[in-house]
Amino acid sequence: MSLQEHPHHHAHGAGHGHSLVPSDPALRTKALESLLTEKGLVDPAAIDAWIDAYERRIGPRRGAAIVARAWVDADFKRRLLQDANAAIAPFGFLGREAQHVVVLENTAAIHNMIVCTLCSCYPWGLLGLPPRWYKAAPYRARAVIDPRGVLREFGLELDEATEVRVWDSTAEIRYMVLPQRPEGSEHMTEEQLAELVTRDSMIGVAQVQVAKAAAR
Amino acid sequence: MNGIHDLGGMHGMGPIAPEKEGEEPLWHAPWEARMFGMRRGGTLPPGYNIDRWRHVRELIPPDLYLQRSYYDHWCMSYFAALLDGGWATEEEIASGHAAPGSAKRNDAMRPDQVGQAQKTGGRFARALDTPPLFAIGQRVRTRNINPTGHTRLPRYVRGKVGIVQLHHGGHVFPDSNAHKAGEAPQHLYTVAFPFRELWGPDASAVDEACADLWESYLEPA
Repeated sequence: MSLQEHPHHHAHGAGHGHSLVPSDPALRTKALESLLTEKGLVDPAAIDAWIDAYERRIGPRRGAAIVARAWVDADFKRRLLQDANAAIAPFGFLGREAQHVVVLENTAAIHNMIVCTLCSCYPWGLLGLPPRWYKAAPYRARAVIDPRGVLREFGLELDEATEVRVWDSTAEIRYMVLPQRPEGSEHMTEEQLAELVTRDSMIGVAQVQVAKAAAR
Repeated sequence: MNGIHDLGGMHGMGPIAPEKEGEEPLWHAPWEARMFGMRRGGTLPPGYNIDRWRHVRELIPPDLYLQRSYYDHWCMSYFAALLDGGWATEEEIASGHAAPGSAKRNDAMRPDQVGQAQKTGGRFARALDTPPLFAIGQRVRTRNINPTGHTRLPRYVRGKVGIVQLHHGGHVFPDSNAHKAGEAPQHLYTVAFPFRELWGPDASAVDEACADLWESYLEPA
């Protein structure tokens, strides 16, 4: 079996080499891991540790804890919207892909949603591993030109008068949406509220609903 | 570069077809997890900061860029980085094995260093001596530039007028940092563009798109 799926050609500069490798991604990554390991460029146990961190510690429950706090604590919410880094720091959530955080408040008048049209920037430190659709071409292409159509695909129909504000993460600022607190949640504790908060609502492609959460 | 990666506003990419939250697995195949860990824990050649990494990803040929998934892009980019940095030969990349007698390093990230790397990685704010040229609320126009190298000024906002929403202080300038020309930090702003400015008179009268833009991308309007 040939390992070269395309005839070798001389691409310029750093892009050179994209055509040399096996065609099956499982084989490609296996070849990369063996090469890196043999050259002392990666410790397989460190790979395991990174996977474990994002499977067990770093996920959307982090963002949900921040949202729930903001819903019950007006002073915290004010500080969160003014200087998210300072407000989030005590939670211990600042880190890779969440070092320069801006939190955007959704209201009846403004609906914020986040995207990265150029690569797939995402607040990993607050929401964990990004969903596949967030990184794929259709969302990256359409979010900035047809956000209402995108939202309809998620089952969210917004009023015409509601302003949609799409935040394209073209730098290292990482955005997170503070969704509206849902009706019917007035009696709930901070912990119960955190349970309601979905990842999608913090990306800005969904709203938080009490009934929906109860049905989960 | 005006590459396939610059997707904002393109038509014809198909439906989002999102997997339902809670039903989507964290990984869609075991190799995705391995690739993620390799990228986070692996050593890259000198000069391989996030910006150069992104640029290498942009250099994936357009057909493969669209056909292959996110973590697969990482795999292709890592191979390209090794080749670009002179850390692997074409033969080694094709075989997936180090040539007998080739150099071996002993400074790879250890598992006990992962927690600290996660907490401290990815800080790009830099102090600047120069005051910002633009103020929040000011009208600015983006420059119409088309560099063949790396840039974070998407095509759909070039030559457009917007309002400065946020000022973030100094941040590493990707257009320089990607090409081993130094961090060259500049003031970074978030600029809001009305949809009608971006997409014409048929677009929504209320919707806006915001982008994070460095000072040299902007001029007063």
